[in-house]
Amino acid sequence: MSALTRTEVSELAVLARLHLEPGELDRMQRELGAILAHFEALAAVDTAGVPAMTHAVPMDLRLRPDLPEPSLSQEAALASAPRRAGELIVVPSSITPGRVEPGA
Amino acid sequence: MTSEFWSVADTARRIAAGEITALAVLEATLARITAIDGELGAYLAVDGDGARAAAAEIDRRRAQNQPLPPLAGVPIALKDVLVTRGVATTAGSKILEGWIPPYDAHVVDKLRAAGAVVVGKVNCDEFAMGSSTENSAYRLTKNPWNLARVPGGSSGGSSAAVAAGLCAASLGTDTGGSIRQPAAFCGVVGLKPTYGRVSRWGVVAFASSLDQVGPLTRDVADAALVLQAIAGFDPRDSTSLDVPVPAFASALTGDVAGLRIGLPQEFFEAMDEDVRGAVRGAVAALVERGAETVDLSLPHTKLALPAYYLVAPAEASSNLARYDGVRYGQRAPATDLTEMYARTRGAGFGPEVKRRIMLGTYALRAGYYEAFYKKAQQIRTLIKRDFDKAFRYCDVILTPTTPTAAFAFGAKASPVDMYLADVFTLSCNLAGLPGISVPCGLTGDGLPIGAQLLGKPLDEVTLLRAGQVIERAVGLGDRRPTGLAAIGPPSRPARITKPGHAAPGGDA
Repeated sequence: MSALTRTEVSELAVLARLHLEPGELDRMQRELGAILAHFEALAAVDTAGVPAMTHAVPMDLRLRPDLPEPSLSQEAALASAPRRAGELIVVPSSITPGRVEPGA
Repeated sequence: MTSEFWSVADTARRIAAGEITALAVLEATLARITAIDGELGAYLAVDGDGARAAAAEIDRRRAQNQPLPPLAGVPIALKDVLVTRGVATTAGSKILEGWIPPYDAHVVDKLRAAGAVVVGKVNCDEFAMGSSTENSAYRLTKNPWNLARVPGGSSGGSSAAVAAGLCAASLGTDTGGSIRQPAAFCGVVGLKPTYGRVSRWGVVAFASSLDQVGPLTRDVADAALVLQAIAGFDPRDSTSLDVPVPAFASALTGDVAGLRIGLPQEFFEAMDEDVRGAVRGAVAALVERGAETVDLSLPHTKLALPAYYLVAPAEASSNLARYDGVRYGQRAPATDLTEMYARTRGAGFGPEVKRRIMLGTYALRAGYYEAFYKKAQQIRTLIKRDFDKAFRYCDVILTPTTPTAAFAFGAKASPVDMYLADVFTLSCNLAGLPGISVPCGLTGDGLPIGAQLLGKPLDEVTLLRAGQVIERAVGLGDRRPTGLAAIGPPSRPARITKPGHAAPGGDA
């Protein structure tokens, strides 16, 4: 399970929304393979019937009353947006004619 | 009067007694930062104006004979993953360059309420991912004991600033050892509280089931004081524990008679001989005062490293999905939205963060979840059970904090080599336990060594009590970092900035 193909690394980068240059992909393939080799020890451990631990301390997730509370002003919330128009955050189009999504 | 190495307790006491003003303490701190931090590299931003206003407010209250809170006038530095209203917060990452948070983290609120003066933000590995602070996108931080060595990480700015007298105390975060390991490397005390003891609200998230905020200080009593100020229930963090907070300082009785010290064999197999000798000295100090030792085994210890490096990257890959160039931080030019996400993240994240996002994405992808993430979470249960069993036979566990003292810059050639620097600290986070690193001597080369104490959930009191006994017997006393003598007059302008304007980086 430790060897990753370059295609798998490219697919992972798409899933992670990470643009990687060709040199980065090569390096990532090499380094991830070495790291995954260290995980092989886990496969040999018998964990049948062992519950998965999701949190360090047993706790029930709390719900709070569904009531309006003071929060950031619209201006404060928008102040850090890289690009905005009035009360809106501006982003490039989500649809590019002719573009085929990787993996589609 | 030189205040830079005064303890938290002493600083607060002298200000309250009118021996010195909070402003004078702060100005001495700022002057020292100007003198040595150009070379040392601990701070990313110094909030001179905000700190002066806070110090002046303390002095005004004292002049009016108003009661002062416990940390009144104490200069404190914050790891740059703690968000600060109006002061740039980068998490050591280019992707957040220029972001000015509109709110304070819970712990920052608590420190301000306790009267602390927030001096500024200190360096760290990008998104707290690293063990040497070399992964900061902004600058290298050097170890005050030897400028050719790393300060540890990821809270390396926090540990270096405290060791060098650039603040009285600092806050760090610890996901796999990131408070304790740099504390050990820089000869200071670092406390990782029980998971849930301190609110994570306003902490830039790395691995949410492991992250915890804690103090780095020059002595154990100060760690108790700062923990007191930041601990407690916060309804804004769904994993915050609604339990009583003990009076930590009053537990520092020095009484360890009958305390059972567990020595897990797995933590004493591979380490430098200097470290082994110093940690044995720490054990002997406790035994001399009436503690007993218990040899024990934590058989799943070897699995902590692979389990951690699945759980933490998996959670990180999810947490870091929010950095998409839409609402804050940097944005790369692109023609459509999907490309904007990928190019923003490709340009904004550094190599280690990208590696962990990729690793986490791999571990969580369809068809792999059972084999990786779920398996790692099951191993976590086994590790926790090891500790539960051990604590039937002992009250506290003592180990080295790290297998070696601080290493040289660039010494860890591969990611896995770097991950091994955390081998003694990871299991504490996986099990959610409290842990502390206390200085217990120097190597032959004059580098600090840390002893780690791990406690039962919510039993920080015992860690502090036993830690102080170690500190008093084999700690560094008044010895100050020897590397600072090599720093000449400031070669660069100080990084003292106006609120909201981070100093540019570029050293790293």
